[in-house]
Amino acid sequence: MDAEWAADLQAVLLTLKLAGVVTLLLLVLGTPLAWWLAHTRSRWKAPLSALVALPLVLPPTVLGFYLLMLMGPRGLVGQATQALGIGLLPFTFAGLVVASMLYSMPFVVQPIQTAFEAIGARPLEAAATLRAGPWERFVHVALPLARRGVLTAAVLGFAHTVGEFGVVLMIGGNIPGATRVISTQLYSHVEALEYPAAHRLAAMLLAFSFAVLLWVYRLRTRGSLLATGPATP
Amino acid sequence: MKLTLPRGLLALSIAALALSARADELQVAVAANFAPAAQKIAAQFEHDTGHVVKVSVGATGKFYAQIEAGAPFDVLLAADQATPARLVGEGKAVPATLHTYAIGKLVLWSADPALVDARGEVLKSDKWKHLSVADAKLAPYGQAARETLAALKLTDAVQARVVTGENIAQTLQFAQTGNAELAFVALGQVQPPDGSRVPGSMWLVPDNLYAPIRQDAVVIAATRSAKAATEFVDYLASDKARMVIKAYGYSW
Repeated sequence: MDAEWAADLQAVLLTLKLAGVVTLLLLVLGTPLAWWLAHTRSRWKAPLSALVALPLVLPPTVLGFYLLMLMGPRGLVGQATQALGIGLLPFTFAGLVVASMLYSMPFVVQPIQTAFEAIGARPLEAAATLRAGPWERFVHVALPLARRGVLTAAVLGFAHTVGEFGVVLMIGGNIPGATRVISTQLYSHVEALEYPAAHRLAAMLLAFSFAVLLWVYRLRTRGSLLATGPATP
Repeated sequence: MKLTLPRGLLALSIAALALSARADELQVAVAANFAPAAQKIAAQFEHDTGHVVKVSVGATGKFYAQIEAGAPFDVLLAADQATPARLVGEGKAVPATLHTYAIGKLVLWSADPALVDARGEVLKSDKWKHLSVADAKLAPYGQAARETLAALKLTDAVQARVVTGENIAQTLQFAQTGNAELAFVALGQVQPPDGSRVPGSMWLVPDNLYAPIRQDAVVIAATRSAKAATEFVDYLASDKARMVIKAYGYSW
């Protein structure tokens, strides 16, 4: 195994770790948010929905640049993290996790929200008449009914983080084992005209992405998942 | 009398043809570090010759791939010598037009006005957490920075604190935003030609610590404006252009 391939492998493993951590955190934080968005009549619903969807529109390098400024020593977030003793986030794995969570947020929140909305009020009302409390209704009724939405969210969030590039490029600093992920490594290969190495990584990324999407669409045809959400019994 | 109008039109269209033949439009691909200087030289060239110059800024390696793929560039102002030489070798650029238009200077720079001393001793200290360096594989200034660190026998000592910028502009960005306390960048980036200085501190790295950063220009073989393109490349060596080149911190 040559040194270049070892570096590529390290980038692949780091990417999988990043995507795993980000997906887990987004599921934990995104599910309550999706629940709230699905049921609220608050006037904050529209602004918050727009905020969640923003990474779909913003060029990732722009998002990355603002994060670099915000998380830097003169930025608000940077001053807060320094005051808390965490230090600065750019050029760290933790920084990539935070940035990736923002960037992949819509891909996790939106499918779950759609799934919750598709359940409708009736199953929850039925559960309420059986004296299920709000927490029980959420855990025992809503979540199982929305499980396909949650699964889609997990898969899309994971896949989207794997393919993330612009944000990492802006705040990562390309440090092996900490912030050098597949996409930035692939980009370096292309820029350095190392096309064979680039092809190898690109083929892996392509195969992975296709497999993930294939899986999602298979699920979808079986259970109509993005469109209607709840699993058919 | 009947013929006057058509004749007038004919004369007009001949004049228009002559004008359009003279005023070519050039697409010039320029390495990121040289972009501000190139804009200025292009404006002077337009003024002096009547040709129109469209400047595209990017990474030299990217331009190489695009020119390979038939991108409609007439001239390449590279950040290195290898890329234009490679294009010449492949018959994609005109050998006779190949020459060094600028030699870059490397500086160690910090946004902190008090951090960098006049001899770069700060590199050996613990007063900083991150040193921003351009990717040595992609950017000649990154390569020069690596050579400098090696010459100072500091490569191993600083390695764990190095962050890599994809190009020289991003390398400076890391330092400007304060995320990296130090950065190896091009003098031209931190010394504006109006004589003012970007606030901060810097050390002009001595020439003997790194191989000269020679930047070559070449006319692309597929150009449809060979004459104007050659004129532009020649113009880079004119006194007028060289004043601009010098003002931006390059020699030749």
